[in-house]
Amino acid sequence: MAIKQLSIFVENREGTLVTVTDAIAKAGVDIRAMSVADTNDFGIFRLIVTDIDKAKQSLDDAGAFVSITEVVAVALEDKPGALAKVVKILADNNINIEYMYAFITVSKQFAYVVLRVADNDETEKILTENGIQLVTEADMEKL
Amino acid sequence: MQKNYYQPEAETMSVEDIKKIQNEKFIKQFKHVYDNVKYYRDLLDKNGVKFEDIKSIDDISKLPFLSKDDLREAYPYGMLATDLKNCVRIHSTSGTTGKRVVAFYTQEDIDLWEDCCARAIVAAGGTKDDVVQVCYGYGLFTGGSGLHGGSHKLGSLTLPMSSGNTKRQIQFMMDLGSTILCCTPSYAAYIGETLKEQGYKPEDNKLKAGIFGAEPWTEEMRRDIEKSLGIKAYDIYGLTESSGPGVAFECEEQSGMHINEDHFYAEIIDPDTGEVLPEGSKGELVFTSLDKEAFPLIRYRTRDITVLTREKCSCGRTFIKMMKPMGRSDDMMIIRGVNVFPSQIEAVLLNKGYAPNYQIVVDRVNNTDTFDILVEMLPEDFSDTPKTITKKEKKLQSAMKEMLGINPAIRLVAPKSIARSEGKAVRVIDKRKKMGINI
Repeated sequence: MAIKQLSIFVENREGTLVTVTDAIAKAGVDIRAMSVADTNDFGIFRLIVTDIDKAKQSLDDAGAFVSITEVVAVALEDKPGALAKVVKILADNNINIEYMYAFITVSKQFAYVVLRVADNDETEKILTENGIQLVTEADMEKL
Repeated sequence: MQKNYYQPEAETMSVEDIKKIQNEKFIKQFKHVYDNVKYYRDLLDKNGVKFEDIKSIDDISKLPFLSKDDLREAYPYGMLATDLKNCVRIHSTSGTTGKRVVAFYTQEDIDLWEDCCARAIVAAGGTKDDVVQVCYGYGLFTGGSGLHGGSHKLGSLTLPMSSGNTKRQIQFMMDLGSTILCCTPSYAAYIGETLKEQGYKPEDNKLKAGIFGAEPWTEEMRRDIEKSLGIKAYDIYGLTESSGPGVAFECEEQSGMHINEDHFYAEIIDPDTGEVLPEGSKGELVFTSLDKEAFPLIRYRTRDITVLTREKCSCGRTFIKMMKPMGRSDDMMIIRGVNVFPSQIEAVLLNKGYAPNYQIVVDRVNNTDTFDILVEMLPEDFSDTPKTITKKEKKLQSAMKEMLGINPAIRLVAPKSIARSEGKAVRVIDKRKKMGINI
């Protein structure tokens, strides 16, 4: 169920992001969501894209350093309190969120949240039991 | 100008006398080493040199060189030329456990060494009325003990501060009125800056001179230090293998360091062929000790590139002068006063499971050396969060610190991202060279 995220190592110097974004553009792949984790010397550029295999190939060819991580994505009603509900469910079940980021699409009905947790299966099970809608790879392509 | 000598009979003797004394002492020293050091006898055998071949110092070029590798191979007692019970102290070079060189001293060796340091202090204007603040490190490093001993010999008040704790250094300097400062040039510059930050003007301290060595520095840095501390700054040269600082020292002319020729015989060689070069040529400095008991060295390759000149000096000293070292004939770097070899860094990386893909970047910012090691990370070390990487960096840093004695900044970078020129990686980028610092 979990979806695949690209993590790209980017050194903190001029031009590194250009290489990365260029490679994705050349692959003809759309970026659905993005977040960046940074330190003084480097950043990690995390992406959800429409075609991960194509994007990875193009990044590899461009000499970028990429890894693939599985993350959980959920679709929430785009209204106040929706995220709080998810976070509470996870907290009640002792699931730690390592990091998360959100995105929206042209449709105003849903907001999407990407969650990085230690155990994807366990998290998905709990979210489903609590009526939270999960997003699959197939769903992502349609967004 | 009043002439300052500690042992004028030696420091101003005629060149003929220097040569005569060197010849007499060399013959004795050579016999002492030959009789007592098996390692050296074997080395002569290997090179087909017989004891009888060496009749005077003019025959010295027939003898093989000694290198740091010999000293490591002979570790710990292989080069010792006297009974261990005659020794009173050791000192050791910085570096790894496996790569350390240990030098031994009899009381007589210490005496002669301290005389050499006392000569340096007197040449810098020191007398028994001075207050000498020694902030070279004490311990295995020779810097602290050498200048400390020289200051004692002279009868100056000696402040055995050792390195670090700048606040306390400044407090003692101001309260006890230090007049001569002994430390590395970068630390002198740092003290100068700190004094300024604390609101002191150069004329507020009582310092008149500084004796700075153990790392490369430029004329420009000299002028900076002189201005910020209101002193005259003197260079000093030496290495653990040859006792320590005081092999050569600067006089008020500040145009090169006089080698204590009554204790050391200096040659300049072509580092590639080993051929002895005439005076005035640039090449590698080779030393022969002339009167050491415990750890005498015949034709020791220093790896320092310099020039010797016997031009008359206005200070009246007749000892030959060596220029500030202009570089190295090996890949050793001196960072924050500590000797660092790329091979040590490579050893740590291999030991920790990394490929030896790295780059060392050394720079000097605000008169202090910066030291970065870029290492290509292993693909499995990278996932989606920075913390695995920063954890790995910290681990590698403490392993490096243990090996090198100083703390580098470790930066893990992407695999295959370190620049390679013509297929060969550029291992060392020393930006200090661009600043005219002879490394």
